[in-house]
Amino acid sequence: MWRTLTLFFHQLASPPHFYRWSGLFAPWFAAVALVLITIGLYGGLLLAPPDYQQGEAFRIIYVHVPSAYLSMLSYVLMATAAAVGFIWRIKLAHAVAVSTAPIGASFTFLALVTGALWGKPMWGTYWQWGDARLVSELVLLFLFLGYMALHAAFEEQERGDRMSAVLAVVGVVNVPIIHYSVVWWATLHQGPSITENAISGAMLWPLLVMIAGYTFCFGWLLLLQLRSEVLEREAGARWTQRVLEASP
Amino acid sequence: MEGEGSLLSVADLELWRGQRCLFTELTFGLAPGQVAVVTGANGAGKTSLLRVLAGLSVARAGDVRWRDQPVNKLIPPQRAEVLYLGHLDGLKRELTVVENLNLFRRLWGIVEPVETVLEPLGLDGLAGRAVRTLSAGQRRRAALARLGLSQADLWILDEPFTNLDEEGRALVEGWLRRHLRAGRLAVVATHHQLRLGGAGQLRVEL
Amino acid sequence: MLADLLNVIRRDLTIAFRHWSELVNPLVFFIIVATLFPLALSPDIAQLRDVGMGVLWVAALLSSILGLDGLFRSDTDDGSMEQLVLSPIPLSITVLGKTIAHWLVSGVPLVAVSPLVAMAFYLPMAAWDTLIIALLLATPTLSMLGAIGAALTVTLKRGGSILGLLILPLTGPVLIFGARATDLAAQGESPAGPLYLLAALAALAVSLGPLASAAALRVGLE
Repeated sequence: MWRTLTLFFHQLASPPHFYRWSGLFAPWFAAVALVLITIGLYGGLLLAPPDYQQGEAFRIIYVHVPSAYLSMLSYVLMATAAAVGFIWRIKLAHAVAVSTAPIGASFTFLALVTGALWGKPMWGTYWQWGDARLVSELVLLFLFLGYMALHAAFEEQERGDRMSAVLAVVGVVNVPIIHYSVVWWATLHQGPSITENAISGAMLWPLLVMIAGYTFCFGWLLLLQLRSEVLEREAGARWTQRVLEASP
Repeated sequence: MEGEGSLLSVADLELWRGQRCLFTELTFGLAPGQVAVVTGANGAGKTSLLRVLAGLSVARAGDVRWRDQPVNKLIPPQRAEVLYLGHLDGLKRELTVVENLNLFRRLWGIVEPVETVLEPLGLDGLAGRAVRTLSAGQRRRAALARLGLSQADLWILDEPFTNLDEEGRALVEGWLRRHLRAGRLAVVATHHQLRLGGAGQLRVEL
Repeated sequence: MLADLLNVIRRDLTIAFRHWSELVNPLVFFIIVATLFPLALSPDIAQLRDVGMGVLWVAALLSSILGLDGLFRSDTDDGSMEQLVLSPIPLSITVLGKTIAHWLVSGVPLVAVSPLVAMAFYLPMAAWDTLIIALLLATPTLSMLGAIGAALTVTLKRGGSILGLLILPLTGPVLIFGARATDLAAQGESPAGPLYLLAALAALAVSLGPLASAAALRVGLE
């Protein structure tokens, strides 16, 4: 049973196999993401009532919260894939880790920008050191950038994969420590933070739909990035040549 | 090719450097008292092969076992059975010859004193000098002094005769003969013809 | 195991004491960074007292992390690292020993001169003992983190510049708890809470850090 399962995964993880099935799945991810984000935006921007304290400004959460959620999900996914690649020497896992990093960094950046835009009407400034979540996001962005910089610094791809995998695992152990220490620090200094009111149903459902839509969008982006990463890594292989000849 | 009683066994080894395949399906076994002589042109992968055999790096495919254990997963007491000497001397420039060799003895838990190997190597006059002040040949001798001290069962030597004069080479070959006669094993990458008397030589051509 | 650890520490201390000049570099770096702040701010006593503790912590952190750049480089370049990796001693013990040796020759002197810097920033003398304890608990964590960075960049020619990028974001918690402990002491309150947290971080770093460094060093040799 275990043998069949590992065999199945090994086959699934073989680059030509992956390239074939990811090509079939990717458009569906894009379609589902488009539908969900359209519904979510309609619900969030038009149907949901304005917040009784924050007015219309609160609507930025429909972008901010899904981005922040995906930024953390990406880091965990990146570190997990890197660890799998490191331990079992699976090439595709390293490709997943490397492809996740720039997408994760983009979502982190989006979360920071939307957080700052949200902060302006709330605090009067774009940036508040007292907001632990934003500071944590900033550190997360640094961690993504460090991972990408380290990977890019190596000429030999395999060494770069394995070195940055170690960094990703070290990072993922540290992320909760950093987050809770920043939260602790922020509460000490009584900084202003965006208060979370209990969110009503009419406000909540578009948020959940947006999170789901963003997740599918993330999946779609990851598949696209991963496909080109795999092609690049397998540039010398025969199946790559066939793929390149077949495409116009 | 792989006989019964091989302590070191290499099966279907496949090695790549970047996008280039160095060799595939390399298989051999080494029994007690045997030496494998690895030859091949520059860039054929001699050093890469030796590093895989020592457990420093991992091959793209295939299996290298020492006493039925994968070489890169040897537990510490077993690691003392394998000695690898690469291109680099592995000597600290700031320390003296004796200090360097004592470090080696402590790491490997060797009781034999350093003095027994210094004299035949002609290093007894240099024992207290910092390695940084030695010539390349003297440094090589100091690095190879480890062979005189080593109790390891398997020696993996990468071009041991580089920078050595005829006398030094004869001395190292003497140690190698003694090592093999004691029923131990060695893998040597070299351009030189090894003069090992009757010891069983296995040629590995890359 | 302990004997092996002591062997490695003794080895690295011997090597370190053969070149004295490199030993003082991190220390001088620490003092210079701290000296630059008054020049950038003003000689005003009240202002310097306000920022002093923060300056001291950031300077200590930078000097501990950036000074570690070469921790594994010379051993890798001269082939000693191959011998250490293949020796019967577990690599994480070797790494731990090397990091401890480095901490002894760079971290401990830094802690020793920290009261001098504290004095230059007019920090209350009552906080000095806490400052020393906090630095003694914080610098091992920083050394372990820096060692990971040094191991990750060991095969890179220009390791130093990227090392900071990789490791400095991870030092936030040490900075937060360290500065908080000394702050509390300066206000005459008990710094026990953040000190315990610093100790917990140190325990975590000393037990897990060498494993990560060892993994990276092995990759560097592959």
